[in-house]
Amino acid sequence: MANSESGGATMRLEVFRYSPEQGGEPRFQSYEVPFREDWVVLDALNYIKDQLDGTLTYRWSCRMGVCGSCGMMVNGVPKLSCAAFLRDYHPNPIRVEPLENFPVLRDLVFNLDAFLDKLKTVQPWLVRQEKKPLSEGEYLQTPAQHAQFKEFSMCINCMLCYAACPQMGLEPDFIGPAAIALAQRYNLDSRDQGRDQRQEVVASHEGIWDCTFVGECSVVCPKHVDPAGAIQQAKLASTIDWFQEVLWPFGARK
Amino acid sequence: MESREHDVLIVGGGGTGLRAAIELGEQFPKLLVAVVSKVYPMRSHTVAAEGGAAAVIKSNDNHDAHCYDTVSGSDWLGDQDVIELFVREAPNELLRMEHWGCPWSREPDGHIAVRPFGGMKIERTWFAADKTGFHMLHTLYQTALQFKNIEWYDEWFVSKLLVEDGRCQGVAAMQMLTGQVHALLAKAVVICTGGAGRIFPFTTNGAIKTGDGMGIAYRAGVALKDMEFVQYHPTGLPGTGILITEAARGEGGILVNKDGYRYLQDYGMGPAEPWPRLRGMELGPRDKLSQAFVHEDQKGRTISSPYGNVVHLDIRHLGEAKINKKLPFVRELSKNYAGIDPVVQPIPVRPVVHYMMGGIDTDIHSATSLPGLFAAGESACVSLNGANRLGSNSLTELLVFGSRAARAAAEFASQQPGVADAKLLAQAEAEQQRIAAQYIRKQDGKERIATIRNEMNLAMESGAGIYRTEASLAKGCELLAALKERFRNVQLDDHSVSFNTELFTAMELEFMLDIAEAVMHSAHHRKESRGSHQRTDFAARDDENYLKHSLANRTDGAPRIDYKDVVITRWPPGERIYGK
Repeated sequence: MANSESGGATMRLEVFRYSPEQGGEPRFQSYEVPFREDWVVLDALNYIKDQLDGTLTYRWSCRMGVCGSCGMMVNGVPKLSCAAFLRDYHPNPIRVEPLENFPVLRDLVFNLDAFLDKLKTVQPWLVRQEKKPLSEGEYLQTPAQHAQFKEFSMCINCMLCYAACPQMGLEPDFIGPAAIALAQRYNLDSRDQGRDQRQEVVASHEGIWDCTFVGECSVVCPKHVDPAGAIQQAKLASTIDWFQEVLWPFGARK
Repeated sequence: MESREHDVLIVGGGGTGLRAAIELGEQFPKLLVAVVSKVYPMRSHTVAAEGGAAAVIKSNDNHDAHCYDTVSGSDWLGDQDVIELFVREAPNELLRMEHWGCPWSREPDGHIAVRPFGGMKIERTWFAADKTGFHMLHTLYQTALQFKNIEWYDEWFVSKLLVEDGRCQGVAAMQMLTGQVHALLAKAVVICTGGAGRIFPFTTNGAIKTGDGMGIAYRAGVALKDMEFVQYHPTGLPGTGILITEAARGEGGILVNKDGYRYLQDYGMGPAEPWPRLRGMELGPRDKLSQAFVHEDQKGRTISSPYGNVVHLDIRHLGEAKINKKLPFVRELSKNYAGIDPVVQPIPVRPVVHYMMGGIDTDIHSATSLPGLFAAGESACVSLNGANRLGSNSLTELLVFGSRAARAAAEFASQQPGVADAKLLAQAEAEQQRIAAQYIRKQDGKERIATIRNEMNLAMESGAGIYRTEASLAKGCELLAALKERFRNVQLDDHSVSFNTELFTAMELEFMLDIAEAVMHSAHHRKESRGSHQRTDFAARDDENYLKHSLANRTDGAPRIDYKDVVITRWPPGERIYGK
């Protein structure tokens, strides 16, 4: 990035700092960084870490919006810091904080273990009652069948939707948008036969019924997954299940 | 010092490590398995692979054709027994991915679709739009979550192999959150940590690709093989190095110079028409295409950009509908990071460091020279890729050899009595002390990590770039030796124990300096040109002296370079012919 001219212009970043080990209260620290047209917030953080302050702590890897490591609150909005350009904020300062609704471990690093536990409970893998031997080739799936679940398969687990969800703040046990979208990703896959066993979790109180349908999760999603849509679909399908069980208990289901 | 014991321990949670874990979960449910990764597994760089994975499945294709493309693509440095095995096992491995839910792109009738890729005479690349690595990684991770015999060590940094009685019996690993080093003991260890593209300044590789696994094996006395072979992908975005997949050309994209001329026809890849055409022009192999860029640049026929000269990758003629369907990520990345929409503008691209053909020396069973230590994927060199890897062979490689390494490790583990607890604990204890003294408690250093890292990056680019000479390599060896010396004087700002990311960048740099030296010295010793290793002072391939794998061995001084023979089965060394 060295040969892009900044023309001497700079920009201020106010970064959330917190280290339980060092004691003290959470605080904001200001840094002046070069302003460059093609820099993203992550480039500015890397500049700080390399040149100014090696103690600044955050996660990152791919810098191309697909590994999901670098989610942060940028001026109060959940963003991938590798996709938030300085030019969209210049000349105003940028405030960088850890994603909301997660316990902070240090500076911008938060604990996402709870999400991984929730993800596991929705059984995000293909379930088959009878497995086809490899010698019989692939399960056929037309492009139209693929389109049924495609958008829900695009989730990069970046956690922006959890940071945007008001319900997560109120009800930490809520399974949350990404995990439900991934459950739907398998439920809607023509090769899958596991919806019934996922329902126990997905249709529970901590599952879809905890969602108050604010829809912020879909607004902030950098991959257009539309978790709010997944939750709506799942609610509708669960309601149909209920009607079928309660009103037609002896009829053939599905 | 805490210790935990496992049967098989996998270092790295990317595609290879996860495939290995699933094999152990499915086939060896009684073994206790650990996956130790410095990032949450779905952050691993497999996620960034775009174009696809090769395997013979269509009736117009055959195993010999895939073998020949791979052998000739490797410039005859691939081991042919490995290549034949790989080609044979590839289709079932990709089918398994399908049965686990990988959303492969399909034909209208529901069968798997394939697309053309560089250096392949028949189209055989399975794909999931242009996010194949992403879909494979998430499918593997989600599938692996169901196995109860897998223990996950997410955000643990492995810094040392524990070796006792002449065999590998675990690793010393720091839990990043606590800063505590633990002895993670195991009867067998499989390294799956990927490549080390980050030794170069301009790379498609994410920040985590620092070759830690190569580093720990090298330090334990295992040789790094064929390290001089570093792949430049011909089409990266200038500045960021973000990859624009070869699939853009597989779908019909063209490369043009400043005059709009398809310059590859001047470099043995022509004729230009008819197009698209397999194994020719834009679907030539990556080494040849990146080398052609350098010549075109020297002739003054490239286009200047703020981040170095570029050529244009033009996909406009594919039309918006096809671009959205087959190359949506290319469009998204071009818009976000190059400020252009490829539906209406050509994409500026230049060659970018992408992949290491070299790695930890293993045999066909993924075993290293150290009993109990196995390696697979980009971190290993099983000699599938030789001097130049073909695009879409590496995603398949991580499946074929991830599962094979797991089986070999499981078999080894089942024959071992147990682990030598006390001695291993003492080693891990010593590792904790070393890290504290060398980094965390050190106060009198003068060098910044970023300064040494940047100088290493520049030394690699100027010494061991696309074209190399005696002078550039000798100078590179000198610069790296000086940097290693200066690294002893490195100083951290951060003296914390918990989540000290500056410490991890320091330890990564320590590994990278070792790996960089292995690359530079291996290149210096190879006085011929083959595949991605091009020397202007030895411009021809020299089968008489160099139809051999190089082996870099770590010493207290410069690496010692040895050689071993290439395995030839059915394809005697021949000329690489493309375009015809």
